[in-house]
Amino acid sequence: MNERVRKMLCQHCQKRIANVHFTQIVNNKKVELYLCEQCANEKSQFHIDSPFNLGDFFSGFIGINGASPYIHSVQQERLCDVCGMSYDDFQKTGKLGCGNCYKVFGERLKPIIKRLHGNVEHVGKVPQKLMKDLNAAREIEKLKEALNKAIQNEEYEKAAEIRDKIREMENKKI
Amino acid sequence: MTGDRNNNDVLKPDIVISSRVRLARNLERYPFPFRMSREQSLKLLSEIKDIVIKSSATAADNFYFVDIQKLNPVDRQVLVEKHLISPDLAESQIESAAIISKDETISIMVNEEDHIRIQCLYPGMQIDAAWQLCNNLDKLFEEKVDYAFSKDFGYLTCCPTNIGTGIRASVMLHLPALVMTGYIRNILEACSKLSIAVRGMYGENTEAAGNMFQISNQVTLGQTEQEIIANITSVASQIIEQERTIRNELYKQNPYRFEDKIYRSLGIFTNARIMTSEECMKLISDVRLGIDMGIIKTIDRNTLDKIMLLTQPANLQKTIGKPLSPEERDLRRAELIRELIKR
Ligand SMILES: [Zn+2]
Ligand SMILES: [Zn+2]
Repeated sequence: MNERVRKMLCQHCQKRIANVHFTQIVNNKKVELYLCEQCANEKSQFHIDSPFNLGDFFSGFIGINGASPYIHSVQQERLCDVCGMSYDDFQKTGKLGCGNCYKVFGERLKPIIKRLHGNVEHVGKVPQKLMKDLNAAREIEKLKEALNKAIQNEEYEKAAEIRDKIREMENKKI
Repeated sequence: MTGDRNNNDVLKPDIVISSRVRLARNLERYPFPFRMSREQSLKLLSEIKDIVIKSSATAADNFYFVDIQKLNPVDRQVLVEKHLISPDLAESQIESAAIISKDETISIMVNEEDHIRIQCLYPGMQIDAAWQLCNNLDKLFEEKVDYAFSKDFGYLTCCPTNIGTGIRASVMLHLPALVMTGYIRNILEACSKLSIAVRGMYGENTEAAGNMFQISNQVTLGQTEQEIIANITSVASQIIEQERTIRNELYKQNPYRFEDKIYRSLGIFTNARIMTSEECMKLISDVRLGIDMGIIKTIDRNTLDKIMLLTQPANLQKTIGKPLSPEERDLRRAELIRELIKR
């Protein structure tokens, strides 16, 4: 049952939550590694400088029969830092693990969402609590379009008016 | 009498069996159900239950709470056959529940694919009323919890097919004339072009038993709830008009043959001693058509609706009060039909 929650600690520092998933083939064996972003950055540095230092991480696999490790196909993927899902998991199941997944994988999801729904923009109802913010954001978007049009039409006085209004609304939002 | 006619014009009970709206919602603080720990699922369950109980002074009396894990397979299937829970929830392996109003119009599924699935079910063409009721329940929840929501993608759901509005609006239609003449194929084609899904009575992967078809919106993002409801309503209205036209046309072409078919089915329906569920659904379709066309006057639609539900495998066993083998079921089904008609 605990597989339902795969939010794990970084296998290197054991301190931070792992949000990068490495898969690589070492001596024809698939090796998986879950690291935090910081350790992952350090590790990929390692990788570029001297790939064989990677062996420190996989001491169990390396040096079997004294053969030098044969490493290929290093894959690195980002994990959701709230639920631990990877994009690969999504592709296998068609399901996302939590609301935050949409933030983490949003750009990669957009083409799929576009195929499913024909577009990628919500226009329906909004929770009352967020209504004010969102209405303001939608209003600002509209004003920005109007601003561009005004500039294109060389209606500078009108443009200045719209710009002031946008500034005023953006200040209010903060 | 005029009231009755108006009711017929609005509800279209000759073709529309029921209208259903479902909203998918998730809470921000928890991972989606299939990634929750046992503790998290239980905590969410009690949180949702609490909100419903405290929503009004009478809520505790108006709803019952069904712990899916504690239900035996037959009782789960009874709820599926009543359309009160989804087949997926009936097979749920995790701590999940359904909160069902006593009049069985509202069912709130907790920890199905999403944290909350609000469903409202009305007889006849009442899709707009079902949406209004769902929307009110949604408002109740959003006051108490923070939904997983993004400005771009709307309400966030476990499966991206439901994001945006999270709404699924569906109408169950009885379309015997369209099936008889083969025109149903044109309807199915037209629907798929309009991103309208057509399924059998119990949702995905079920056959259209008894000429019952469920039509629902496929797209949930990029349209408002009102647009989606209006779209389903308009597609349903067109299908209803076509079905009515063809029914009348078939009758006009050869009234004796039409009536003969109906009466033969009625004869078997009311006299058979052994009845499979498949044959039962076929006969119910013919008898319903007979009632709709004013040919059969000895049975009313309510009785037929009751027969249709109580002859489903799980409801039949529940009514008889013990588990039955398939052969026993066919005997008891025929018996129950005769009994319900006599009443
Ligand atoms: Zn680390
Ligand atoms: Zn996630």
